[in-house]
Amino acid sequence: MHTKTLAELSLGLHKKTYSSVELTQFFLNRIDQHQALNSYITVTPELALAQAKAADQRLADGTADLLTGIPIAQKDIFCTQGVMTTCGSKMLANFNAPYNATVVDKFNLAGAVMLGKLNMDEFAMGSSNETSYFGAVKNPWNINSVPGGSSGGSAAAVSARLAVCATGTDTGGSIRQPAALCGITGLKPTYGRVSRYGMIAYASSLDQGGPMTRSAEDAAIMLQTMAGFDEKDSTSVDVPVPDYRAGLNKSLVGLKIGLPKEFFGEGLDENVAATLAAAIAEYRKLGAEVIDISMPNLKLAIPAYYVIAPAECSANLSRFDGVRYGYRCESPVDLTDLYTRSRGEGFGKEVKRRILMGTYALSTGYYDAYYLKAQKIRRLISEDFKAALATVDVIMGPVTPSTAFGIGEKMDDPIAMYLSDIYTIAINLAGLPAMSIPAGFVANMPVGLQLIGDYFAEVRLLNIAHQYQQVTDWHNFIPTGFE
Amino acid sequence: MEWETVIGLEVHAQLATRSKIFSGAATAYGAEPNTQACAVDLGLPGVLPVLNQEAVRMAVIFGMAIEAHIAPYSVFARKNYFYPDLPKGYQISQMDHPIVGVGHLDINIDGVIKRIGVTRAHLEEDAGKSLHEDFHGLTGIDLNRAGTPLLEIVSEPDMRNAKEAVAYMRKLHELVRYLGICDGNMQEGSFRCDANVSVRPKGQAEFGTRAEIKNINSFKFVEKAINHEVERQITLIESGGKVVQETRLYDSVKDETRSMRSKEEANDYRYFPDPDLLPVIIDEAFKAQIKADLPELPEAKKLRFKADYHLDEENIAILTATRALADYFEAVYKKSGCEAKLCANWITGDLSAALNKAGLEINASPINDERLSGLLVRISDNTISGKIAKQVFELLWQSTANADDIIAEQGLTQISDTGVIVAIIDKIIADNPNQVEQYRSGKDKMFAFFVGQVMKAMQGKANPAEVNKMLKERL
Repeated sequence: MHTKTLAELSLGLHKKTYSSVELTQFFLNRIDQHQALNSYITVTPELALAQAKAADQRLADGTADLLTGIPIAQKDIFCTQGVMTTCGSKMLANFNAPYNATVVDKFNLAGAVMLGKLNMDEFAMGSSNETSYFGAVKNPWNINSVPGGSSGGSAAAVSARLAVCATGTDTGGSIRQPAALCGITGLKPTYGRVSRYGMIAYASSLDQGGPMTRSAEDAAIMLQTMAGFDEKDSTSVDVPVPDYRAGLNKSLVGLKIGLPKEFFGEGLDENVAATLAAAIAEYRKLGAEVIDISMPNLKLAIPAYYVIAPAECSANLSRFDGVRYGYRCESPVDLTDLYTRSRGEGFGKEVKRRILMGTYALSTGYYDAYYLKAQKIRRLISEDFKAALATVDVIMGPVTPSTAFGIGEKMDDPIAMYLSDIYTIAINLAGLPAMSIPAGFVANMPVGLQLIGDYFAEVRLLNIAHQYQQVTDWHNFIPTGFE
Repeated sequence: MEWETVIGLEVHAQLATRSKIFSGAATAYGAEPNTQACAVDLGLPGVLPVLNQEAVRMAVIFGMAIEAHIAPYSVFARKNYFYPDLPKGYQISQMDHPIVGVGHLDINIDGVIKRIGVTRAHLEEDAGKSLHEDFHGLTGIDLNRAGTPLLEIVSEPDMRNAKEAVAYMRKLHELVRYLGICDGNMQEGSFRCDANVSVRPKGQAEFGTRAEIKNINSFKFVEKAINHEVERQITLIESGGKVVQETRLYDSVKDETRSMRSKEEANDYRYFPDPDLLPVIIDEAFKAQIKADLPELPEAKKLRFKADYHLDEENIAILTATRALADYFEAVYKKSGCEAKLCANWITGDLSAALNKAGLEINASPINDERLSGLLVRISDNTISGKIAKQVFELLWQSTANADDIIAEQGLTQISDTGVIVAIIDKIIADNPNQVEQYRSGKDKMFAFFVGQVMKAMQGKANPAEVNKMLKERL
């Protein structure tokens, strides 16, 4: 059953080939067998089986949705009532959320089964899943390699078939980069397409939840449930949600693909570049036209991001003060001691680094030079994309400069770690939708191809990804040991 | 040396919305601690603020009432600092782009009008409360107030003494209540202010170094705190010292201000636009609608009351102090059809006294405008005398009956029947020959004796005019 996609399993459930309880138990067993991956922080077998039972009832009643009875898993950044929500941090290791994130409510309404909560970089800050308080996640393709981050648990679990699909969040590449490194399909929707309510904030103006799946078709099914305006999130956008699956089969003849020269220069591994060239060639065969473009401000994305995201996170994480919930230090002597030790002991190194950077960037005397300057760069980058997308239908490029790096390799070099998001960060600054799809392998490690579309053009991106997956097999490969 | 005082006020008016500025929790005062704090107010992980449109509407109403510039584009910003009753570790406020820009308010000091500039007014959320008693050395946190909408109204440093500051604060207080945007309850903290105070040698153009006095919640304390602070600063400078820029707290028990924190200790609030909230866009249509709905403002009402009702200054001042009382007066005037002066005298006299005694506001008056009108009609048409009217008023206050029913039931109708009156007068003349003799021999004062006797005999129900007339004839 684990070799099947969400779409195929949904069909099986509707045909009663197997029940949701059977499917759920099957996945729970797999999770149990592959604990070494460390992809889950919390597994919820009782809840899952209860939900599966309810789903089987709906399947029998004929009130089932496409997702009814499908075992999925949530990144541990989404609040789930009655189930621990840790955000990968010691700070929230004891936090039992009293409410559900909008995204969680939507999956519950659709009748999806939640297997558990997935490991992630602490507060979504990291590109390797090594900053998690609950330990590093291993890449199913090579257990000595990182799965990427911050949605590393999500990517590893879907890649190893420990969940049919998973949610992820993407602030600077946190869906796309681990999707690429683990060989799965990941979609970061347009900023505002998916509600952020109940999704623990890292950098509010950049965070966006999205699907992490086997195939583009599966991503379409998941997004259909996740997307939509939410009155509880003022930054969610009230535009109609199209039928994502209905658009999958459009022909790509005449599709204009833009390749920014800035994406294919120095720093990109040549084997990755060759793999991407082969993928682009496949698109040519499908009738697409390739156009070279340039976006001169892309090089400014990383510095701008590392001002804006830390600035926002420095305020977003102030609520973790040891007063109302979460970690509190032992026997504080006074208020300052309560604050400094609770935060000093509750947060990991990378989180503290970003809080400090952000606090600095917002301080009197530095605000204009850092924060305001970064906002100006953000506008320039958006304009670059706007100009490019006026001439092409989709922009393509790498997701990561190389395949997955080794666990521990970049932990002492934050700059090298930050550079692993060089191709994904600009898209968050612009708020555009983008995907990572499996495009081949280098030395048996997956390579992702990035597709970037115009605002709310998810339906188009899914179509472009799906057509490629009709003529290629990369998304169907299963890592050795997980077949 | 002669010193000049310079004062600017920052007034926090709690907006009278039913729910909080960024959540659906209720704003009602006095609930059990933490029963009116939802997930958003508690600052739980993952929650997001959603702006209450009513708070925006109220801010715009205020802006229009002080003829201020209403910003077509305003932005909420995060003000970062740690405090246990500030759940998110930042307060959502406005910094660079406040919703209300420059406006003004006129105050009246001994008949002289002075214009006080309003620099800006911005929306923000209130914090919770730290409770230091009853926790045996620990601190309790009540987040019921967290997220209550506030309008912070910042004045120019245009006031030159405590009296002007009080007049400005009173004027603002009257205005926000008129507009229905703040209940003005100072005990509950719905209307409070910080005062920026400095002194300078008279004639000097530059301002002196200022101290900010925090959280003053009564008109009396504004005056006392400012006067105390002015004295402190002058004494300090004259003895060779220097005023330092700092925040001071007024202690109403000891009547003194003391230092809370110096400029050096002040927080760097690291304001930046709140990414969870969109900029507030106010278009012409929204403003036009509010302008159309704007109530008559106190000044305009005072002028109209003078022109339309020809009332004296004192009555006008009392009647227009609140919109509710002014509305009550106008309702009585309209329903009774009586003279304005009669209506005003009863409302500012007996009714106000009774309300004060009972500790009630006009809205909670046991005698509504309809029933008071009923009484006034009977006074006007001479059915009852002014003296009897006071009895009827008492009964109106105690019951739910109408004036007419009370008058009929108690037999209080004024007697104007000359036959009845003459018969009684004749009997009194017959019974009191000595007094008649005295009166007739020129002792005019004795007339009052006869009036009193007649009224007594008739239990006060006789028409006094008729009694006078008849007595003069018969004596």
